Amino acid sequence: MNMRADPETMQVREDNDILLDVRNVSLSFGGVKAITDISLNVKQGEIRAIIGPNGAGKTSMLNVINGFYTPQEGTIIFRGKERRSMKPHEAVGQGIARTFQNVALFKGMSTLDNIMAGRSVMMKRNMLWQMLWQGPALNEEIEHREKVEEIIDFLEIQHIRRTPVGKLPYGLQKRVELGRALAMEPSLLLLDEPMAGMNLEEKEDMSRFIIDVNQQRGTTIALIEHDMGVVMDLSDRVVVLDYGKKIADGTPDEVKNNQDVIDAYLGVPH
Amino acid sequence: MAHKPASPDTLAKYLLLNAERFKGRPSMRHKDYGIWQSWTWDQQCEEVRAFSLGLQAIGFKRGDRIAVIGTNRPRLYWTFIAAQALGGVPVPVYADSVAEEMAYVLDHAEVKYAVVEDQEQVDKLLSVAGDVPRLTEIIYDEPRGLRDYDHTHLHNYAQVRAKGLEILEREPNAAVRFEAEVAQGSGSDLGVMLYTSGTTGRPKGVMLSNESLVRSALNGNRFDNLSENENVIAYLPLAWVGDHVFSVAQAHTAGFCVSCPESQETVNEDRREIAPTYFFAPPRVFETLLTQIMVRMEDAGRIKKKMFDYFLAHARKVGEPILDGKTVGLKDRLLYSLGEFFVYGPLKNRLGFSRLRVGYTAGEAIGPELFRFYRSIGLNLKQLYGQTEACVYITAQPDGGIKPETVGLPSPEVEIRIAENGEVMYRSPGVFMGYYKNDEATRETKTPDGWVHTGDAGFLDSDGQLRIIDRAKDVGKLADGSLFAPKYIENALKFFPEIKEVVAFGHEREFCAAFINIDLTAVGNWAERNNIAYASYQELAGHPRVYETIAQHVAEANRKLAAEPLMAGSQVRRFLVLHKELDADDGELTRTQKVRRSFIADRYGELIEALYDGSSEKYVETQVTYEDGRKGIIRATVRIEDAEVFPYDSPVMEAAE
Repeated sequence: MNMRADPETMQVREDNDILLDVRNVSLSFGGVKAITDISLNVKQGEIRAIIGPNGAGKTSMLNVINGFYTPQEGTIIFRGKERRSMKPHEAVGQGIARTFQNVALFKGMSTLDNIMAGRSVMMKRNMLWQMLWQGPALNEEIEHREKVEEIIDFLEIQHIRRTPVGKLPYGLQKRVELGRALAMEPSLLLLDEPMAGMNLEEKEDMSRFIIDVNQQRGTTIALIEHDMGVVMDLSDRVVVLDYGKKIADGTPDEVKNNQDVIDAYLGVPH
Repeated sequence: MAHKPASPDTLAKYLLLNAERFKGRPSMRHKDYGIWQSWTWDQQCEEVRAFSLGLQAIGFKRGDRIAVIGTNRPRLYWTFIAAQALGGVPVPVYADSVAEEMAYVLDHAEVKYAVVEDQEQVDKLLSVAGDVPRLTEIIYDEPRGLRDYDHTHLHNYAQVRAKGLEILEREPNAAVRFEAEVAQGSGSDLGVMLYTSGTTGRPKGVMLSNESLVRSALNGNRFDNLSENENVIAYLPLAWVGDHVFSVAQAHTAGFCVSCPESQETVNEDRREIAPTYFFAPPRVFETLLTQIMVRMEDAGRIKKKMFDYFLAHARKVGEPILDGKTVGLKDRLLYSLGEFFVYGPLKNRLGFSRLRVGYTAGEAIGPELFRFYRSIGLNLKQLYGQTEACVYITAQPDGGIKPETVGLPSPEVEIRIAENGEVMYRSPGVFMGYYKNDEATRETKTPDGWVHTGDAGFLDSDGQLRIIDRAKDVGKLADGSLFAPKYIENALKFFPEIKEVVAFGHEREFCAAFINIDLTAVGNWAERNNIAYASYQELAGHPRVYETIAQHVAEANRKLAAEPLMAGSQVRRFLVLHKELDADDGELTRTQKVRRSFIADRYGELIEALYDGSSEKYVETQVTYEDGRKGIIRATVRIEDAEVFPYDSPVMEAAE
């Protein structure tokens, strides 16, 4: 009895559309070059990893993508639209959501409220209605709550729905943060070290959620991660940065065997 | 409408009946997306009918076995009845078992279909598919992660259900056909197979007939006056007979509502919201709840803490008599009402027991302190003694007649007798049909005229309540033929805080004697208060004043034993205080801190002989293992003392039958 789909056929992605295309981007702070002439793209529906040693420019790259930094050179094309500079909230409006390396939640608020906050960008009613919390605003709230409950169910965090997130263990906080990003229903989800500081079990859980988000919800994911094992298992394609330069780009297997990558990680005698 | 007999003999027939008599009343709730979703009996009947017809459409036939694997969810509960309606046999399997264990049960039960909760269970089944050749169709409830699986033999529950609905729409006689299928079922048919987890050897498949389930459930309902107004929360494993009888059989026969929690982690919150009227838990659940409360109270403000302690102390004094309807002075009653308002009420609310009418604890013995705590705050908590082979009920404590040391009166329609070796045997309509494909085990457990061996030794006390004393295989006989139950004697002695561990001897001996281990914390504390200096455990254990205290305790225990006709012969006549603590590192205890009797008998053979040859002291050398693994020798002269015994009437052995 063989019920599992053939893994070969599963890997094939019919939709090869490029969702995000970063072309020849350079970013510097004063005299420090954080990113030098990097090009990379993210295809619709894939899990794309950005890896590299400390200080390679990974987080800067992510910040460029979601508009927090404006690069001095190069162009960024997201969903076919070219843009040079953009505010983070505009990025959200365009469908880019992210999580942070250090958990950035509202510690005093419950899990539910934190995820609900992720939906505030989509609330259309004007402030007056929202203050009255009646009629259309109330209906809208119910509608959003439904979506939030779906996310809570999806991430299996029902038991902490009413718990202030500050009281939660780190692994769960990371999950709530993912929940808040998902609440924005992004077409591109940026994860900055989603597994940093987690134990093995938490990492396995998080990996499963990332795959589920990708497969079930069809969300395209770009992630930065230090744990090489995780990256190689999760991602469809990997780009490797070192000292702000791109040194490799390809499938996990290609990258693993690339001499430059091995050198960057293990060091070379000079 | 098809003809219905006056008293249904299967649960599927009860479902049809309930759809009429309890139309519009809730039958099932499930918290999903943060909201309690509910179904009424008529809706539940429709759900079961749709799934049942869908099952039939994918080939399910009368007599087929269907595994049910997962946590407490409405669709899994409906599967039981949907399968039984077609004359199939559900086989619930513990959801947390590893794939290999599962494979054994599924193969042994000849399971063809499986309804499982989610991807995790599907993966497990697929991984052992080779070992379970008969298993062909797998149906899952939760589709997450399964989209890309090959669906030739894998089905989504929703689709099977939809198939059933489609048939109902297309074929005008489908509903009638379903009722005819239900009507074909009979009480004597195999209803469900429950695999006992079994501490030794392979799990055994206990076959329970429809009628056993129905009659046991009805008897239970009658005993506790359960009606359609009850509310229960289903949170214990589906494969466990307790959950099957409480959440399926009793729910169908009495017609009450079963609520399924949102997830395993939210049970406590969900229970608070549901506030069950009828609740069932193994002792560890009650223990955990109590610990949680005590920990929270430690953090409470001083006034609150004082109030809490004061009223709990008052409850300890008068709570149980009030619960049992005994006469209690007006002042105490008033104070108790005040306590109810300030402490007991809010506490019960926190625990989710505000509406609790009947609570049961079973599975293992509950600590008397724990039991008393819950009863003292006004919860009608009772002990129940049951087995899978009996459809749960063997004995249960009656309302208002609770003796903590007993497990209560025989349940309705249950006969109990004590075999010659002291083993408790029972016969009832709930008795199982046999172990599936294991005639040898069936013969060993069940006599041809329907009596079942429990494996526990016990006796009926003067009120006819059953008292369990030990596992039957551990029970021996003194030389004069009277009963010797070591654990019973040991527990009587361990009741004293100064005594940590006891090993009683007496099988085929003239009298009963015991090794005693003192509790270093308790005795050390006492020594300090009484200015007794000591350098080691060994020195303290041999101290004359310690011997004095222990002798008093042994005498006290003997006095209690003397009052019980069956036990009076096993009063401890001689004892010694062991020169070292029994230790798992030396192999004297198991890792779970249980005494390894035969090992100790071997190791301390000389000391045992000294107990029986009348000597007053004995020099021994004992090898010990230190924590770092080094070995050493302890040398000691151990004193042996006689204990005070009390006169008693020679035991009247209860004639068998």
